[in-house]
Parts: sequence; structure tokens; C-alpha cells
Amino acid sequence: MKIIVLLKMVPDVVEELEVAADGKTLDSEFLRLIANELDAQALEEALLLKEKYTGTVTVVSLDAPEVDDALFTALAKGADRAIKITGGDGALGTRAGAYLLAQALSTIQGLLPADLILTGAQAIDDLDGLTAPLISHLLRLPQLGIVTKVSVDTAAGVATVLREFPGGVRGEYEIKLPAVLGIQAAEKPPRYVPVAKVRAAMKSQVIHSVPAPMMADGGVALLQVAAMAKPEVTEHAQMLRGSPEEIADQLCEILAARGLV
Amino acid sequence: MAGNVWVLAEQWRGQLSEITYEVLALGKELATALGCDLQAVLLGHNVKPLAASLGKADSVLCLDHSALATPVAEIFAHALTPIIRARSPQAILMPLTNVSLGVASLLAEELGIGCVNFCRDVRAVDGSLQTRSVLYGGKMEAIVKPAQRPAILGILPGVRPPDEGLAETVPPIEDVTVDVQESSSIRWKRYIEPEIGDVDISKQEVLVSVGRGLQSPDNVAVAAELAEALGGAVCGSRPVIDQGWLPLSRQVGKSGVVVKPKLYLAAGISGAPEHVEGMKNSELIIAINTDEQAPIFHVAQYGIAADVMDLLPALTEAVRSRKEVKSHA
Amino acid sequence: MGTASHNIATQSKTLPCEMTLENLTEFPEGRRVLTCIQCGTCAGTCPYGELMQYPPRRIIGMLRAGELEKVFTSDSLLECVACYACTAKCPRGIDLTGVLLPLIKEQVLLHLPVMPAELQKALENKLRYGNPMGESPRKRAAWVKTAGVPVRILSEDPRPAEVLWYVECYTSYHPRGQDNARATARLLHALGIDFAILGNEEKCAGECGRLSWERGLYNTLMEYNMLVFAKYQFKMIVTSCPHAYDAFRYRYPIVGFNYRISPVPPFFAQYLPQLKSILKRNLNYTVTYHDSCCLGRHNNLYEEPRALLRAIPGVKLVEMVHNRVNTICCGGGGGGMWLDTYYKTKGIERLSERRVKEAIATGADVLAVACPYEVSRFEDALKVLGHEKKMIVRDITELLAEAIEV
Repeated sequence: MKIIVLLKMVPDVVEELEVAADGKTLDSEFLRLIANELDAQALEEALLLKEKYTGTVTVVSLDAPEVDDALFTALAKGADRAIKITGGDGALGTRAGAYLLAQALSTIQGLLPADLILTGAQAIDDLDGLTAPLISHLLRLPQLGIVTKVSVDTAAGVATVLREFPGGVRGEYEIKLPAVLGIQAAEKPPRYVPVAKVRAAMKSQVIHSVPAPMMADGGVALLQVAAMAKPEVTEHAQMLRGSPEEIADQLCEILAARGLV
Repeated sequence: MAGNVWVLAEQWRGQLSEITYEVLALGKELATALGCDLQAVLLGHNVKPLAASLGKADSVLCLDHSALATPVAEIFAHALTPIIRARSPQAILMPLTNVSLGVASLLAEELGIGCVNFCRDVRAVDGSLQTRSVLYGGKMEAIVKPAQRPAILGILPGVRPPDEGLAETVPPIEDVTVDVQESSSIRWKRYIEPEIGDVDISKQEVLVSVGRGLQSPDNVAVAAELAEALGGAVCGSRPVIDQGWLPLSRQVGKSGVVVKPKLYLAAGISGAPEHVEGMKNSELIIAINTDEQAPIFHVAQYGIAADVMDLLPALTEAVRSRKEVKSHA
Repeated sequence: MGTASHNIATQSKTLPCEMTLENLTEFPEGRRVLTCIQCGTCAGTCPYGELMQYPPRRIIGMLRAGELEKVFTSDSLLECVACYACTAKCPRGIDLTGVLLPLIKEQVLLHLPVMPAELQKALENKLRYGNPMGESPRKRAAWVKTAGVPVRILSEDPRPAEVLWYVECYTSYHPRGQDNARATARLLHALGIDFAILGNEEKCAGECGRLSWERGLYNTLMEYNMLVFAKYQFKMIVTSCPHAYDAFRYRYPIVGFNYRISPVPPFFAQYLPQLKSILKRNLNYTVTYHDSCCLGRHNNLYEEPRALLRAIPGVKLVEMVHNRVNTICCGGGGGGMWLDTYYKTKGIERLSERRVKEAIATGADVLAVACPYEVSRFEDALKVLGHEKKMIVRDITELLAEAIEV
């Protein structure tokens, strides 16, 4: 079975994010990037599927700071091939990123057809769209999102997947391969890989750098970020005072304003 | 004609989602500001009776088809695309939930226009729309102006109180012919109900969390009552779990579960860093503790310096009576 | 390298040959393992010895019989908290904690179907952020603003310093650790010592990586820290973390570390006459001192912490039943700091609770400690046992700073 994992680098929110001088983008000075959490789940699911059904896992990322660490870690965990698409604009939105990835998948030798293309169900910077549905549309493949379990009937060329619905309910679907899945959670938490293995991968394996394909259209701006700001954070709780009944009423108002009662 | 504001009326398993009313409330505000009509778009199979509850909208477009019986983003997008082309709404508000996720992206791609996700709010400013969108797990907010029409906007839950989306009137309902086919590649099989077992606290929207300030394990029931009234679950900090007041699966913190509910009510928890690590990203944190200097008040938005046992019963009572009023309304 | 490697530094020069289970006999301390007489003292002295399927004695037996695979596939060795009890008592002088057990534990962790989530997160955090709690490296020196005395950060003011104070993770980030950091800064200042810290350039020394065991992580942190040390000039390193002290003293020398190094308590003990003149406030505490495994059993630093405590006016020092070489581990070593839920799931008593019960039995009102892991572990254990009103936990530096008259 051939599996492709699309892994995106997103801002690491452990670091304090700052707004750049233009008032509408992130300041890059102290910005660090990390693999999108759900993409790491997608990678784990791919590795589990590979172990179960045999096959290959290829991880594809757009170039970004610290992407090499993420790709070598993926190789150390058991991915067979890592590809980095270079030369794209680092500040691409998800939409433009999906175009680049779709073109790259189609043009890089030996990638398509793949049985499964897995990526995270969403990412924390998906302001203008989600990768999985976009890629599925561009490659004309069926897609399901919020997936938490995948089993494959290789002979029949179908996968049975579970996707999450509200309230702990899950839906079971059968999807024809090749297909795109937006992964919410792998069946097991992403594995630990000893750092020594990552270091060994850095010495013995390579990341294939592939120049980004030329974008067909220069792209009309699909949206415009007019401003970006940090939401106000409370340094200290606003203290509510009064009798228990009075406080309970105040709390109810606060909850009602947020649709919680 | 500038086109109307549309709201995708999300229904699932024959019931309208609460977020539908929240988004209708927002849609009404925008339609009024823009001087156009608000239309609700209801997709599904045998869902027409639900349209009567969408009276906040000026009219309802009902797209009924057997292929829409269960949510598949691609089929929903196929059903909507020609209708959007034909009727040119100026904005389409779509709930961002586990039911509808992915529809907005696909629709935008099919129509060749933009979409804006994670909207916490949308305003009409000088006749155009702008959103306030949450980015990077809530660490930033962006003011975004959609560049084309219709503006496809993915709306987060909680954008307006759901009550504001309710109306007594029955709206005019228009049946719209839907030209879609069952997907040849995706076949629906079945729903799997959650296993009866202990709740997964990482998936709860409301958590009432108890700490040593509760004094006695007998008082856990009082917290559980509040959790039930709020439609959530009870959990706790490590010392109470270690003392066996609650099972290990309910432990929040560094050595327990990391949670991000919409409401985290910390009752009698001092806020040791090991605990805070597991709940600091909750959307709303309310803390009750007798010690006004307790570190939990540095992560909470609202605090009450009181004995948990004085406050919880009063709060449970207030929540219940409010819900009763609502269900009678 | 362009966009490459932030975290996983790979220096061009390779590390000296490391001991592995395969080449054990090429090292004198490895050969010593095979001199085991199977007396079982190790199992008897181990705080979890009765629970372990494979206590150290049996592991050596399995090693000799070529059956280590069985040990690897059992999770028995996760109960090892690297407390040096077996090492301290071994009649053959085998360094079980330092040499053999980490090599076994590495294999155990690699064979686990799923690594305990808490431990995995801590290890990943140490690699990415240089601290186990996953805090921003840019906030490592944030506590300095609240120190109340000047604390020089070398990247801002790189003049040579007498003392490089290696603050370490818990002391830098944990709110109770920061109390210790502030106290230490005040003491250094009051003694007129020319000191500086690395600030945000500092990363975890990695000792718990080695003992938990994560060799690659440890080596990565070691390479990084050595490069940072080389940037500055100082006469010695003083560290708030006994685990870091162990790392610097026993492990870093293989990559050329040859700085003078001291943990905080013996360092301050050198200044006792000066300290006594400023320790003016009568604290009126009955104090019992918990010997940390690294300072005590591993480095025989038993008397310096006690001397400091005795120098405080109004402190009455009482001993727990198990003290000095017989101390009971807080349970935080060898990765135990991040295995609390794992122990809980297995129904194993936490050592911090066992220890706190002994402390309570002394009737003392202060449990004094000298390792930053212990404050949160013991405070937590006091809460769990419902003793939080009877006893407080304080680092020795906090008590000293409290006794300095302002």
C-alpha cells in the first residue's frame, strides 16, 4: 500500500506570538514552527497502517523553518521517503499551499497514484480552508475528515473509516481508494522516537528537495487580513462578590452570554 | 441587488444543531445591517419539518435529497454550488462543527472564491463584511475582509447566544430541486454510539473540576449535580484523585488528561502548576477558592473567593431554573 | 544547512565510544558488573525491590545467562528511580545505577508498546524546549525580574564571572522552584559573590535523559551546553540541581568538561562564617532534612546541608528514621518524575508519600530539601495525605534567605 502524508509546519504556540510591524502578520523574529499536531497524528496513522498492511509512507512538506527536524523525525519513526517542496512563498495560506502540494504530488515521479493521502483534519492556521478537502478537490479524489480509525481491504481497494460526530458518536463509512483522509486521531498516540535514531537518520538518510512547481495563476487575493492582534488576556480573574445567590446569578449571566446555559 | 445573507441550517440525525440558532442570530444582525434578507438553507433528507423552527430567517430554502441523508462534505458542496451560482447570496455563514467541517473549504474551491474560517464574530462595516477570526489555537485574532462574493464564512460555536436565533413565526419555505447523486466512492454504513463507560473528559464541553477545597469526598456529588445541570462532567486535581474521590480517568493535569473545554469551573483547586498545565487552554475558566491569593485566580477569567460548598448548590439551582425558563419559552 | 536543525544538534566530531550492553566488558566499570556475587543486597535495599519482577540481582543473572530479552519486554525496570541505593550498598562496588540499569532501561523503553504519555511528553519537551515542562525557552530567565537583586545574564553582559550559576529547569520555571532561585540569588548577592547565569541560553543538563534513559537526547543536550559554556569565561559552575551536578561531574567529562563544579549547598557551606554573621532572624522551626539521592548517596554530601541548617538561628534539626545513606528517594529520579500516573495505574505506592509519612513522624514543621524535584513532589504528597497544614516544604536556600535580616 502506498501512503502519502502531508505534513505542515505551523507556529509553535508555546512561544509567545507577536504581531509584526505591519500590524497584520506574525513577527518572525522569535517565531518557531512545529509540525501541526493533527498532521503528526496523520503520520502515526500512516505508520500504523504500513505496519499492518505493509507498504510505503512518503511524507511531503512545504519548506519552512525547522521542517528538516520534522522530516528526519518522520524518517526515524519509519517513514520511507521525505520530500520537501522548496522555493514556495513561506507565508502561503492553506489554500495556496494546497495548490502547490497538489501540483507537486502530480508532477513528482512515483508519488501518484497513492492508495491513501493522509493529513490532519485541520491546522491551527487554516484561516482560508482545510488541506484535506482542498487536496481532494484538486486531485479529484474522495475525502472524509475528522477520521479516527482506518482499516483497509487492499484486495477490494476500499477503506473502512470512522469519523467523529458530536457527542462521542462516530460514523462508519466505506471509501474507495485512492482517497484523502483528514485525520483527527491515530489509533495510538504518536510514538516516541529516540533522539539517537533521529540523529542517525540525519546522517544516513536524505530529504529530497524538489523546487515548487510554477503556479498557474498569480492568484487573486481570496481574502485580506486587515489586522492581527493578541486577544486580551487576563492577568488576574475578575472577582465576583455578593451572596452565594447573587454570585450564582452573575455567573449565569456570564454563562448565558457564551451560550453555556 | 446585493444578494441575501445565507445561513447553512445545520441538522444532524433529524435535529437542528444549537449552533444553527447562534448563526441565525448573527445572520439576522448582518442582514439588517446590509439591508437584505436572511435565508436559511436546510439540507438533508426528510428534513422539511425542521424548517418551521427557522423563523429567525426571512425564508428557508429546503434542499431535500436521499443523497444528503448523512453528512458527506463533498455531496453537500455539490448540492449547494449550483444554487449559490443561480441565486448569488452575498454571504454564506456555515457552522464549523464536526458535522459540517470541510463543506466551506470545498464550496469555496468549487466556486473559485475565498473562505474565512474560525470566525468568532462577523460585522458589516460600511456595507462590507469583516470577520474576527481566531488563529493559532486562540493566541491571535485576525480581522479579515473576504475579497469576493459570496463571502463563505466558517463560524465557531458560541458566536451569539442561541436564544437570539429563536423566533415564534413560521418562515416561508421554498423547496429547491437538488441535482446530486449518491457518491460512487463513499458509502455510508452506520452510526456507532459512544460506549457506555467512563466519560472521556477531554471531549467534554463543560467540566466542573474539584480539588482539596471540597473538604470531603461526600461533596463530590454536589459538584456532579452542577456538572449535570450544565450538561458536563466532573473531574478533579491529583490530590482528590489520589485519595480515591474520583477515578484516575477524571484527573486533569500534567500526569492526567489535558483538557480544553468551553467552560472549566475549578472548585476548591489552588492551581498548582502541574494542574494548570492540563487546563490553561480552556475557553472560559471560573475559579472558586477560599484563598484569594491562590494561583488559580491568575489563570481564571472570573473568580469567587468563597467556600465551594456555599456556592455550588446556589449555582446549580440558578442554572436549573434558567434552563427551565428556557424550555418553557 | 539553511532551514535545518534547531534542536537536534549534530556536531561533526563524534562522541567517544559509549558503553553499550554489547561492549560492556571493554570498560572497567562494565567488567565490574560481572563480578556480582548474587548476594541480593541490591534487591533488598531497593525501595521498589519487592515489586520488581527483575531486581538488579536477577538482571545480572539474566545477563550472564543471555536472557536479557525477557527483561527488556517486561516493564519491571520502569520502577527504578535511579536512587543509587543498590549502588551504595553493593559489596562488590558495582555501579548499578550509573552503568548497568540505564542501559537496560533504554531497551525496556524501546520495547514498550506505548511509552507512558507523561514521560514521552517530558522527553520531547526537553529536546524541543530544553526543559521538561514544555515552557518557552525565551521565558527561562523571566524569574530574574522578580529576584529583588541584580542577576547578571551572560548573553547581555558577557564579562568574565567568578561563578556561573547553572539554575536548571525546575528552579527556572516552577513557581516553587523560582522561590528557590530568588533565595539563591539573594544569598549570592548578600555574600558579595561575582556570579552570572546563562539565562535563556541555558538548557536542561540532561541527566534525567540519561537515567530515564534517552541517550541521544542526553548527548544532544550535552553538546549544546558545552558549546554555550565555551562562549563565556568563569572560574566555576554552581548548580541548583543535584541531577545537573551528577551530569557535569560524571558524564560531561567524556566530552572535555573540566570546569570546577559544585551543588549549591556545599558551595554556600564554604561561606559559613560569613553567612552566620548575616543569618539574624530567628526562624523558630523544627526542621527535618531529606537527603537527596544525588547529593547524598551518590556524592556523600550529607553534612554540608545540615551545617547550613544548623547555622540558622532558632532551627532545631531532627532526623527521619531513614537518613544519610539510608535516605528514601522522593521517587522523582530516573524519569520517575514523569511516571506518577504509571505508578498509580499499577497500584504502586509513591515514594514521595512514603517519605512524607516519615517526615511527619518526626514532629517537625518544616521538611527541608536540596533538590528542586522534591519541593513539588513532597508538597503534593502532603496534600494527598492530608498533612498540608502540619508541615511545609522548603529548600535550604529558602530557609537561609528567610533568616537573612533585611
